[in-house]
Amino acid sequence: MITAGIDVGSRSVKVVLVEDAKVEGAPQLKYLVRGRHLMFPGDLDADVAAEKAFADALSTSGIDRGQVSAIFATGAGRKMVKFAKESVTEMSAGAKGVSFFFPTVRTIVDVGAEEGRGIKTDGTGRATDFAGNEKCAAGAGSFAEAMSRALQLSLKEFGEASLRSEKSIPMNAQCTVFAESEVVSLIHSSTPKEDIAKAVLDAVASRVCAMVRRVGIDNDVVLIGGMVHNAGFVQSLKNAMDVAEIKLPDMPEYVSALGCALLAAEGIH
Amino acid sequence: MNIAAESMPVASDAKPEFWRWQETCWADETIDWRGAKTIAVGIDVGSVSSQCVVTADGKLYAYSSMRTGNNSPDSARNAFHAVGEKTGLSLNDVHFVVGTGYGRVNVPFSHKAITEIACHARGANYMGGNKVRTILDMGGQDCKAIHCDDKGKVTNFLMNDKCAAGTGRGMEVISDLMQIPIAELGQRSYEIDQEPEAVSSVCVVFAKSEALSLLKAGYTKNKVIAAYCQAMAERVVSLLERIGVEEGFFITGGIAKNAGVVKRIEKILGIQAMKTDIDSQIAGALGAALFGHTLVQKQGPAKPIAS
Amino acid sequence: MIANYGYKDGSGEYYISIDTDKCINCPVGRACIAACPKSMFESMTDDYDDEVVWIKPAFRRSLAYDCSGCKPSGGRSSLPCTSACTPGAIQHSW
Repeated sequence: MITAGIDVGSRSVKVVLVEDAKVEGAPQLKYLVRGRHLMFPGDLDADVAAEKAFADALSTSGIDRGQVSAIFATGAGRKMVKFAKESVTEMSAGAKGVSFFFPTVRTIVDVGAEEGRGIKTDGTGRATDFAGNEKCAAGAGSFAEAMSRALQLSLKEFGEASLRSEKSIPMNAQCTVFAESEVVSLIHSSTPKEDIAKAVLDAVASRVCAMVRRVGIDNDVVLIGGMVHNAGFVQSLKNAMDVAEIKLPDMPEYVSALGCALLAAEGIH
Repeated sequence: MNIAAESMPVASDAKPEFWRWQETCWADETIDWRGAKTIAVGIDVGSVSSQCVVTADGKLYAYSSMRTGNNSPDSARNAFHAVGEKTGLSLNDVHFVVGTGYGRVNVPFSHKAITEIACHARGANYMGGNKVRTILDMGGQDCKAIHCDDKGKVTNFLMNDKCAAGTGRGMEVISDLMQIPIAELGQRSYEIDQEPEAVSSVCVVFAKSEALSLLKAGYTKNKVIAAYCQAMAERVVSLLERIGVEEGFFITGGIAKNAGVVKRIEKILGIQAMKTDIDSQIAGALGAALFGHTLVQKQGPAKPIAS
Repeated sequence: MIANYGYKDGSGEYYISIDTDKCINCPVGRACIAACPKSMFESMTDDYDDEVVWIKPAFRRSLAYDCSGCKPSGGRSSLPCTSACTPGAIQHSW
């Protein structure tokens, strides 16, 4: 049986198709394919973008639409995916997806392009509590992205630069728009790019951490969402949360979509 | 397991470039400051602009409005220097200097620092008269709502400097995005066929994304500007409503010059803002100078501090 | 004068209001300052030369997070600051 999970984020759509496969008598879930389609600034309509991403994923894996038993949607635009059977919250999808990789997880930090959230989970893959940054762009990926542009570095270079810095410059601005001005004036006062990069990532990490503290920090801690690729952010987050380790999944942007597909499979049994 | 992931494109932004508003300097030619008994100066160093106001015997005499540089002391000196050039005044001729604004502690030649809240109320009381009761100030990086009495003393206030929504910086974002000088935004926002719905009023970053989407959906630039102005107006009104708006409504700060936002605020509130002939951006520095004037009456002139 | 310190963002309005008229001749020795576990309150002289209390600037833009430990979600049923201020000068908007 094949099910699909579609995660409609504020910046991109992630699709994961999952097949139930029996290996040596035990049911095992296997990934078939994941597709990804960029929504912004191209398509305005989440439904259209989701459809495109889904069709993309199907054709890449050579699967017929009729073979998919159920499609669930999650993410900021989940209610707009008309062809999905059900929609589930990012909390449920995140908890389910992460628990698949890391059954020992208890605290999930999900930092996307425009939203961040902390999710508490028990050992069963269910979300027991959550806290979100709710409609402020400053606690999420777009903040880091805007600052990396101001520094004229790619996101990757930005993350790497921050690892080379040993300073801790606090940022005054809480708002992405003001922070850009602050970064510009730091550049003017000849502050090294490495130190600025670290200051920015420390600021995002501290906001994310304050949010996660509302649900409490318990090991194991897992980070999901695009920011996993930013090694500098991961380090800043470790420092802010004061934990020895943050586990990172291999395909961090797809974890919620995977969880969504798993919930679809459960929903059928 | 193969992960076929496409790389994220970076949204193309115009290189950050501020559309400059006019730096100004004005003096009342009918007043000879040398004949005045008390000369007071107010310096307001904001995050975006800095003003210097000179009062002669408690009457507005001269002012300058300059872009704030990277450094508060220099911005303060720069603002005073502009007035000095125009009028022939030097710090030795001044009896008291009050610093205000977010850089107020960095005005090296000031005798006292007073918050911008108190200064805006005092300035608005001069500019709008003693019937002013509710003041809205939309500054470069903050937004203030102030209640005052008939003497310009503050009775209630709140200041929002966390978010760019409702601030000058917020307007500069749309000006950069549309590549239109900030002074033209207000006018353009009315050259439309139909008043549009507002974009996000809670966050400039989201409002900017929505503005881009509207453009792609076929809105004209003017209509997008109108949607953005409506969002800013709604945001500002929601701040004001926390402390309430009474008749005697006065607007200060740079955005007071933007009819696109001001008229929409008036429409939502159902109250007209009081008019003044004096440049709305100088309210803070003017209030500061007036505080200085009063202090000279109470305790005599202060020694000039080397700048 | 009512001084409102805080902000409004997408998630809500978070203001701590201090009625400075009640604050001026504090009958409880500025108990709020010691009561706050994060030491967010501070004594100062305002623009009209009155001794009152304010919220330290560093906290004003993150009240939702800083105060969360004292809110019901943090396990408390009453705020230490408002309880300590018996003249009733302090109010939270959320």
